[in-house]
Amino acid sequence: MSDWLDWDWLASHGELFAALTGDHLYLSILPVIGGLLISLPLGLACVRWPRIYPPVLGTTSVLYALPSLALFVLLIDFTGFEPLTVMIPLTIYTLSVLVPNVVDGLRSVPDPVRQAATAMGFAGIRRLLQVELPIAVPVIMAGLRVATVANISLVSVGAIIGIGGLGQLFTEGFQRGFPTEIAAGVALIVALAVAADALLVIVQRVLTPWSRA
Amino acid sequence: MTIFELTWRWMSDPEQWQGPDGIPARLIEHLWYSALALAIAAAIALPLGLFIGHTRRAAFLAVNSANAARALPTLGLLMLVVLAAGVGLLPVLVALIALAIPPILVNTYAGIRAVDADVVDASKGVGMTGMQVLTKVEMPLAVPLILLGLRTAAIQIVSTATIAAYVSLGGLGRFIVDGLARRDYELVAGGAVLVALLAVVTQAAFVLLQRTTSAKVRGT
Repeated sequence: MSDWLDWDWLASHGELFAALTGDHLYLSILPVIGGLLISLPLGLACVRWPRIYPPVLGTTSVLYALPSLALFVLLIDFTGFEPLTVMIPLTIYTLSVLVPNVVDGLRSVPDPVRQAATAMGFAGIRRLLQVELPIAVPVIMAGLRVATVANISLVSVGAIIGIGGLGQLFTEGFQRGFPTEIAAGVALIVALAVAADALLVIVQRVLTPWSRA
Repeated sequence: MTIFELTWRWMSDPEQWQGPDGIPARLIEHLWYSALALAIAAAIALPLGLFIGHTRRAAFLAVNSANAARALPTLGLLMLVVLAAGVGLLPVLVALIALAIPPILVNTYAGIRAVDADVVDASKGVGMTGMQVLTKVEMPLAVPLILLGLRTAAIQIVSTATIAAYVSLGGLGRFIVDGLARRDYELVAGGAVLVALLAVVTQAAFVLLQRTTSAKVRGT
């Protein structure tokens, strides 16, 4: 406890860090992708049938309020001590953040743009994919960034039930009374979140080349 | 047996409703940590957000560092402070406050920022001082976003106060952590359902508060 950062320990555990970072990415990114894949059709449905939006929004905001640790332990009964137990709640959180953004993004498409697209012969799926979705990208990406950063940070709570990626450094370090290990976990998680966020900013720039003017 | 049957069996046992390890005592502990953390976080983040929104000073720095702070894993922060300062209320408060400041700060700033510049100009035009513009014009108009920030912070605090139990404090998380350690699934399920209920009730309370204040702003 006297020396707070044990550099020798840090230097000799590179492989452990790499393995846990890999687990951590897998546990946090897959739910982001899953949440995106669910929220796109759900958001589209809410735009097409506005009447279902209030109940959908109500449900997602209640789901968002559910504590992660509570969901993890409740799911153990169904999915066991498996990665899925951590990934299902994270997918739900991603979904809760993304659905409103998908709806707002699609609603932000100006009517004249939609009419112009129709006049040019874009209809149905093609208009959606080539005109409306690209215009909605900035709003959807804003939600995606929030969800990604939140997931990367939240995965570590899973360490309490033994599935937490880098969070394992917290529980182990705490049991051993070894601050270096916890600090390494915090630093790696923040670095991972910042890197993922930066990557999403780049993806957004690639997806919306017109905004770079 | 399903979660709800387990929870029901646990909750309907009269023994769970008394003593220092009973549901009421743990609920009060949980609410106490949460309210204290929210109050301190608001005392720091509200004035700061108002200042940045009003003066537009250091906005880029503040908003970006608040966003980066969202990536801080609360569990790790909590454990680090426990190792540094010992077990007690302090580490839990530090972790929860760090969690609550970003949403309050960012939303307060955004709320003030979103006030129509013409309205601010008009207020100055009728002779209001900077302080009057802030308290009588900008703040009332920013109330909906400020409340949204407080609501997000409150929900996150109530949810996360659960992990205080991991570093031997009380609160509803005690049931989950003790239940996991003793492999007592009834206790785990009961604790989890209670925390989830509390989070949903907190959310509903804030939604109600938002509706009443927005009705007042509209004068209906």
